Amino acid sequence: MKILVNGAWRETGAADLAAALHELGYGEAVVATALNGEFVAAGSRPGARLTEGDRLEVLAPMQGG
Amino acid sequence: MLQVYGTELRSRLFLGTSRYPSPAVLTAAVKASRAQVVTVSLRRESSGERAGQGFWSIIRELGVRVLPNTAGCHSVKEAVTTAHMAREVFNTPWIKLEVIGEDDTLQPDVFGLVEAARILTADGFEVFPYTTEDLVVADRLLAAGCRVLMPWGAPIGSGRGLNNLFGLKALRAHFPDLPLVIDAGIGVPSHAAQAMELGFDAVLLNTAVAQAADPVRMAAAFAQAIEAGCDARLAGPMEPRDLAAPSTPVIGTAFLR
Repeated sequence: MKILVNGAWRETGAADLAAALHELGYGEAVVATALNGEFVAAGSRPGARLTEGDRLEVLAPMQGG
Repeated sequence: MLQVYGTELRSRLFLGTSRYPSPAVLTAAVKASRAQVVTVSLRRESSGERAGQGFWSIIRELGVRVLPNTAGCHSVKEAVTTAHMAREVFNTPWIKLEVIGEDDTLQPDVFGLVEAARILTADGFEVFPYTTEDLVVADRLLAAGCRVLMPWGAPIGSGRGLNNLFGLKALRAHFPDLPLVIDAGIGVPSHAAQAMELGFDAVLLNTAVAQAADPVRMAAAFAQAIEAGCDARLAGPMEPRDLAAPSTPVIGTAFLR
């Protein structure tokens, strides 16, 4: 299925958010996630099921003022 | 010592980490500023580049406390979601809450700000709201649970200093015991010294250091100015007057006409 990851369409076979992050290559990176605009805590990622067309945001520390 | 949400801070300078010419200059500037708190943000991370991981490693090595922001958020929902993401990534309840209402001036949407502050405080966050000098909004933010306020000096990145001296003085007078941090609009160290002389508790700035020709030297200059302004406030400045008052004693002046 296709999901929108940080604004770009990506093909994934992962059933849940934790598996998708692994498949997408984030590995052990320090990131926070939101699915369809809702925050998903790290501990809840394995239970967050993915469906076609989901919008996933993967954010990481960045410079800020 | 400045105390915010139970944390004591020696430095009264909060420094932003954005727009430096290089990571090495950022590191040197933070050290030169003697800041104990730096502001950080969250942005989309590419699994290939992993730019955020490198930045986070630099900040952790500095050993400073981080104050994550919700920059770029224009709605309560965006700001609240971003705050939750920041709390998880940075492992801190502190959040510099920005809800932007207007893009030309980056003026806060104070209505959304109060609502987001209420939601986040109820969820255990310690909120540092980027606000205006409006007294009524300040009251609402306190009622929402904020224990520190961050009024703007001038629009973010403008470098214009303290735009509304009357309003800022009124805010200080109205809340004599509340930690007040001037956030945004500071351009040169004299602006920061002025804020401290007026009795504000700290200054948060970024562009004035990051975009200086020599950011490291400017960071040190701001540290000195903030310390000087704070000492001046504690020393009790003289009252200004309209006419001259000779500083050299007039008694015993020679008659030489």
